[in-house]
Formats: sequence, C-alpha cells, structure tokens
Amino acid sequence: MQTVDLDAVPLRDLNARLHDPAQVGRIADWRVLHPKGRHNIAVGLDAPVTVRIDGHVGYYCAGMNQHATVEVSGHAGVGLAENMMSGRVVVHGNASQSAGATAHGGLLVIHGDAAARCAISLKGADIVVRGSVGPMSAFMAQAGRLLVCGDAGDGLGDSLYEAVLYVAGRVKGLGADCVEQPMEDADRASVAELLAAAGLDDVDPAGFRRYGSARELYTFKIENVGAY
Amino acid sequence: MSHDDTAPPRLDAVWGQRESHLFDRHTIHEIHRAAREGMYRIRGFGAKRRLPHFDDLVFLGASISRYPLEGYREKCDTTVTLGTRYARKPITLQTPVTIAGMSFGSLSGPAKEALGRGANEVGTSTTTGDGGMTDEERTHSKTLVYQVLPSRYGMNPRHLRMADAIEVVVGQGAKPGGGGMLLGQKISDRVAEMRTLPKGIDQRSACRHPDWTGPDDLAIKIQELREITDWEKPIYVKIGATRTYYDVMLCVKAGADVIVLDGMQGGTGATQDVFIEHVGIPTLPAVRQAVEALQELDMHRTVQLIVSGGIRTGADVAKALAMGADAVAIGSAALIALGDNHPSLADAYRRMGTVPGLFEDWQAGNDPAGITTQDPDQYTRLDPAVAGHRLANYLRVLTLETQTLARACGKSHVHNMEPEDLRALTVEAAAMAGVPLAGTDWIPGRM
Amino acid sequence: MCGIVGLFLKDPAQRPHLGALFAPMLVEMTERGPDSAGIAVYGDAAPADGRRVVLSHADPAHDWPALAEGLSELVGGGVGLHVIDTHAMLTVPGPDWAPLADWLATAHPDVAVVSVGDRLAIFKEVGSPASVLDRFGIAGMAGTHAIGHTRMATESAVTTAGSHPFNTGPDLCLVHNGSLSNHNRVRMRLRRHAGARFATDNDSEVAAAYLTWRLEAGDTLEQALEAALRDLDGFFTFCVGTRDGFAVLRDPIACKPAVLAETDAWVAMASEYRALAGLPGVETARVWEPEPAQVYTWRIP
Repeated sequence: MQTVDLDAVPLRDLNARLHDPAQVGRIADWRVLHPKGRHNIAVGLDAPVTVRIDGHVGYYCAGMNQHATVEVSGHAGVGLAENMMSGRVVVHGNASQSAGATAHGGLLVIHGDAAARCAISLKGADIVVRGSVGPMSAFMAQAGRLLVCGDAGDGLGDSLYEAVLYVAGRVKGLGADCVEQPMEDADRASVAELLAAAGLDDVDPAGFRRYGSARELYTFKIENVGAY
Repeated sequence: MSHDDTAPPRLDAVWGQRESHLFDRHTIHEIHRAAREGMYRIRGFGAKRRLPHFDDLVFLGASISRYPLEGYREKCDTTVTLGTRYARKPITLQTPVTIAGMSFGSLSGPAKEALGRGANEVGTSTTTGDGGMTDEERTHSKTLVYQVLPSRYGMNPRHLRMADAIEVVVGQGAKPGGGGMLLGQKISDRVAEMRTLPKGIDQRSACRHPDWTGPDDLAIKIQELREITDWEKPIYVKIGATRTYYDVMLCVKAGADVIVLDGMQGGTGATQDVFIEHVGIPTLPAVRQAVEALQELDMHRTVQLIVSGGIRTGADVAKALAMGADAVAIGSAALIALGDNHPSLADAYRRMGTVPGLFEDWQAGNDPAGITTQDPDQYTRLDPAVAGHRLANYLRVLTLETQTLARACGKSHVHNMEPEDLRALTVEAAAMAGVPLAGTDWIPGRM
Repeated sequence: MCGIVGLFLKDPAQRPHLGALFAPMLVEMTERGPDSAGIAVYGDAAPADGRRVVLSHADPAHDWPALAEGLSELVGGGVGLHVIDTHAMLTVPGPDWAPLADWLATAHPDVAVVSVGDRLAIFKEVGSPASVLDRFGIAGMAGTHAIGHTRMATESAVTTAGSHPFNTGPDLCLVHNGSLSNHNRVRMRLRRHAGARFATDNDSEVAAAYLTWRLEAGDTLEQALEAALRDLDGFFTFCVGTRDGFAVLRDPIACKPAVLAETDAWVAMASEYRALAGLPGVETARVWEPEPAQVYTWRIP
C-alpha cells in the first residue's frame, strides 16, 4: 500500500507515479489523501492497480482509465471516468454532469446521483447508478449499457444509437428517437449481471424497464426535421 | 412539375436578355433543387464565393533601403518549433507547411497514407480527424497530431500517447459552431467499427464537447490531456475564425501551446452549403486579430499560431507568416496535390455530372480519384506512394516559393517577415490585414 | 467564464460568521477565474430612510472625505464614510438616490458606483480571489447572505468595472458563469424602454439589469427569473441576491456547472463541489445539481 497526500505533493507527482510502469508494477494498492476537489486525479492510468481516494474529486477523475480500479469516497466533479476504456471506477457520493462521457469500456458505479448528461456519447462501457440521473442522460449514446436504480431526468436517451438503458424509477421524459422496449430474457440477465458487477445485491432486478433507439433518426429524412 | 429540373441548363444567352445578378442561374437552380428535395445542400470543399484573401497583398522586395539574399546560395531557414510553452517534447518541422486534420472516413485509407508519406518526405506533420487514428496513418506519418474532437469517435488514450502532439478541436473554418457530418455512403464496416456506429447511418457529430464548454472548463481539459501524457506533448487548440481576438486570448488563458486558426475558406468533407458560405470570417482578417491577441498577452511566438483556410501557394504561406503566423496548414490543396479534380479523370467526372475543377461532392463517397471514398473499387486507384510523392513535390514548391519571397525581403528565416513588408492592393484588404494601402501610409480604421 | 459561489444563512446564529464561512469558498474557485474577483455581502440595514453606497476609485489614496463632504452638503449632513482599500462605503440619508447619482457622475466622473442598496455592499477588484478577499477584509464581515465570483474574462475587458457581481438596482446583485448570446438587443431594449444605464459592455450586467427591470415592474424574484428564461438566450448559471432573497438559475441546456447544498442552517451554491466541502454540516447536507430552466429561490423569513 502506497499513500500519497495531495496536501504534501503536487498532483503531477501522483499521476507521474501512477503512470510509471516500475512503480505500478511493484505497488498494487494506492491511497490518495486530501484530494479536496482537485481536478484530473488518477487520469490516464494503464495498469491493474487499485487507487482509493479519500474525499472529493474535481473534473475528469479517472479520465481515460484503462485496467485500473479507482474508488472515490466522496463526490466527483464533471466528466468522471470520461472516455474510460477498461477497469472499474466507483464513486460513493454523487457524480456531476457528463459522468462516463464517451466511455468505451469498463464499469462505472455511482452510488449517489449522477447529474445531467450521464453517459453522453457512451461508446461501450457499462454504467450503474444507484441513485438517479439528471436530464439528457445517454444523449447520443452509441453502445454500452446504462442502468439507473432511481429516476431519470428529462430527455433520456435523446438521439440514442445502439446503447441500451435500464431504469427502475420514474422517467421524466424520453428524448428524440428513444422508446421503451420490451424486457427480454437477455435484458433480465443484463440487469442481474450489472447489479452483481456493481455489488448492489439489495436492488430488486425485477423492477427495471428497457429503453432503446427507435432508429428513426438514423438517416436524414425531411419529415424528421422537428426532431433535430 | 413535369419537366426534368435536374437537366443541365442551356448556357447560351439570348441577345438582349440580361441575367439577374440577384437571381442568377445558380440561385434559380438552387431554389428548384430545394423545392424538389426539401433538404438543404450538403457538400464538400470550402467557400466558393469571392472573399478578400492574401491575393490582395504584395511584398515590398528589397531594393536600396533593404538588401536581398541570394537565392540558392544564402540560407533562408524554414524550420518551425511548436509547443515551446509547456511541452517537454516540442516538435520541430522542416517547413512551415503542415497537413490539416482530415479524418479516415471522410478520406480513404490510401489517401491518409499518401498524406503521411508526402509529409514525411519534407519533414512536416499530418493530423488525424474525426474517427480516430489508423495504424496506416501512425505507420506512415513520422510526426502525427492526434485530434480530440467533440464526437470522440475512436478516442483512445493509447493513441493519445502514440501521438506527437494533441489537437483539441473546438471548431473549423468551414463551419465554426457546427458539428461534423458523414453520410451513410461513407460509413463502411471499418469506419462504423472505428466510430462505434451502425453501418450506413447518416452520422451527425456533436458540435460541442461532451464534457466541457467554455474557457474555464477547457483549461481543466487541457490539464487532463497534459497529465495523461505526462506533459510531454504539445497541446494545440483548433478554432474556426469568428470572434478570433477573444478566442485566441482564451486559448492562451486556457493553457494552449499552439493555436490552430482555420479561416472561412477552410475545406470540409461534408457540411451544409449555407454554413460554408455564410459563417465565419476570412483567413486574412482572422490572422491579424489572432496575432494582435497574442501580442496583447505578450505570447506571440511563445504560443505558436498555425493558420489554415485557403492556403494554395508559397505566396499565401509567406503572407500568412509575414502577418505573424508561425506555420500554415493545408487541407484542400493537399487533396488536390494527391490528384483530386485532376483533368485525367474528366470522363469519370462527366459521368457524375461534373467536370474536373468543379467537383465538390466529397461528402458522397464517390470519388474517381480514390481520395474521398470508402469504396474499395475507387480507393485502390490511388497509389499512396505515387500520390504521396506528388504531395511532397507540392510541399517543396510551397517551401521554395516562401523562401523566395523571404529572401527578396532580406530575411534569413521565414519568421522574420513582418506585416511592414506587406502592402495592400485593395482598401478592404488594407483594413482587414492592417497593412497600408499600396502607395499610401493609410491603414483604414487606424487613422 | 468563471467560478461562482453563494452562501445564504438560514440560521441567525451563523450570521456573525458569514464572511468567515464564505471566504474559503471563493478561494476554492481561483482556477476558474484568476483575472478578478468580487463579493457581495448582505449585512445590516442602512440607517432608516437611507442607503448604503459603495464607490471605488483606482487610486487607494483618493480623497474620499472631500467626496463625502460634497454629498453631505447635498443631503444636509449625516453621510457616513468607511474607506476600505480602493472602495469607500458610505451611508447616505434621504429617499432619492437618482439626483445624487447624477451629481456623482458629473462632479466625480472618475469614481465608479459599485453598489447601491439598503443591505448590499459589493467589493470587487482585479487580482486573485485570495488577495481581493484579504484587501477588503471579507472574512470579518457579518450578514445573511453573500455571493462571489472569480472571473476569466471572455469578450470584455479585465477591469474592476467588468468584474462581477453586478448591481443594477437597489440591493440586487447577480453573478454569472457562461455566455449570453442575445445580450446586445436586450441591452438596447432595456436602455430604451426601462431607462437602464450600463457601466460596461458585459453580458452579465445586462442580465442583472433585466432582473432589475422585471422586479421594478412588480414581478416577484421567481417571476423575474421565469421571464429571464424566456428573454435571455445562451448558456448561463446565475446566482442572484436581493435584499432578502437568494436565487439560482441555469439555462435550459445547462452546460455550465453548478451544485447546490442545503442544511437546516444554510443554502450554498458553487460552480464546483470543492467550494462547499468545507462548510460545517456539509456531510449530511442535501447535495444536488440544479435542473435546467428551474428557478430556485430562498427568502429570509
């Protein structure tokens, strides 16, 4: 276990060490103290290490993560785990807007609420939100899965491509080209798998509804002009 | 209507009749087309209307008060170093002409390879585009700039680390404030996979980044990219020319190493015609405003400026540099050097209803030159080695022409050209470039 | 483009500590806006039938007593003066401010009016938030609510006048993160039809003047903000203070960041959570990001 206190060393040192193959090859467990909302903590990791951050983080925490597990005990700022490729990012508090933006792979778990545009342009990752998600979540999401145990804000799944959304609570409104679709066996398996992966054994997998793309906006049609 | 309104117009004017300047035949055709299709026009290429440009400037060659350098003998340096502000590994180019960002998807694989080969031959860089980095591109471009775009198609930290510089794209000159577009014909299996999209859809890219808006957020985004790449790589920010003075200041405040400024004449793979022709300001006034902003912040030459949009000749390069740019980027001209719009393809162009010199349908995926297509039957016609060499030759000519003008003004480095070496031929160019009208001391707006 | 913080104290026992709670919040937003900073503090009411006026001058050694003397002659005495760094806080008796403002503009054209109100006092300067807080002694101030701003200038100059908060009517102040896209026509309309006067070409001043116009027309704060959603275009997060109110509003797309936290003792907003993280009781506060196009207001009972 290696402890890094951000009150004592600059962010640059922390990230440089987390990028250094010699250090991450030797030390599998890292702990970060006093993050105090600083931006860009533990970005660009590319090794199977675990980084536990004691407190709140600012923008882009765990951005572009590969292979690593990053766990935040507090709230996370804008763009949490943006463009994550693989690995696992867990936040125990809330996540600000654009959580998991354009993430290609891996698992993002938010135990609190996620704000607006959660999973925007999602490209293949899985996102599990224990609380609710804000408006315009999964905007333009292309691939991957978003599972929301609470409610979803307005405009859910606007201009959705092939990503699949599961919501247990109330959906305030669906965005353009997003429709409710029947839950098949594969969807029930997906929900169970996502809940298990996120470690949420107390959530009933039965209560989820599926939302996906109606694929009406996939090609330009002048009749759709009102939806653009 | 029963008649065929797609038929080519008869061009023979009738004696005594007068064509309306307002409703000329092109305008009338466009109204007919809109009425028929109910859809705005999407096309490639850049602005086609006449705009104030570098053509309206001339150099004051040396005479008695100044001394010229001998061509071929006395050295006129053309090297440019980019990213000196923060990057641990700035990049150095042998010529001040770089290749602008153009995506695999809008361009074929062989076209991207040819750009890399041509750039390598003369020691300059190429740039990726929407849709990510291909192996061919990385293999064939010695110096490669990796774009971070609003869509983040194919965005990959591995590629970020493999790049020599990173370019955060805010906008482009053909469509400042607009997103990208790639029509279904060009979404092949490979393009679809790279962009994580279903094959054959009409893809509309985002116009804003998904996780930041404005300069305060941009500063944090730039810091993220620096942290991920351990502060090694120069970070460029590319903007379309609009509110250039403020935008350049904000790029500097947000921490950019290099600013890429794309004027209104900049090309595009596929954009609404109304956007191309009516949004943004021409390159000429944009360069002046950008340089003024950099000078105001005492950052000229510390934050480098790359200018693009309508660069065709060494004269354009030299004038952009004289106005204060550190380098220029070419896009449309590079594609033409590869063979786009070549007269040898006249028959193929005629079958498509156009002629060499007027072809602009880069959006359609149908290109006899094999450049703006994803159709294997077409792109295999482009030999990347041959086309790359053509581009290298063209880049050499641009460099030689630039040096010729610099030497004539007595400069041993192309960066020593100054706006004071220029005069304007028109009042509008004098006002926009901020240089005196030839034969006068008058800069409109300055006194 | 900037950082915003706001703190509204519900618990009267906390009010002596307003500045001490608020100052560290603003410092947290330094990176978002290093150009200048400004703070609006809602403190004690001015003496009856009078107002609190904050003026500024580029020269810290400006002859404020002479100016106070001049004002005293106009209103028949009773002008209080307290000089803090480049600013002068005056208490001015009498119900009618407009003729005094005209006199100031003519007799002291180099003096800027920073704020006018009963309880409001604004302090703003070019420089880092920490230095601005320090120069004006904000941490020692008491009151009910405070709003602050750190600025990264976009399209207007880095000057004291161009700094937020903007005060455009008695006790109203507004700070803004974002960029309005139709402020020029709104400014013209307010000039022509509401008699508004503008000190800067800043879009945020237009938003403040717009709210002043609506409030003077009889709107409640909630109604004025609803109207702003219809008439102001662009991307914005506003934090607004009135004599007894505190409000937050985001545009319908809501890209510029904002987070709210509320306990029984206080309501706080900021561009980033880090500004709230030091507040007492924040661990158990309700924390959320304001919804697009939704008006949030609080009022002193």
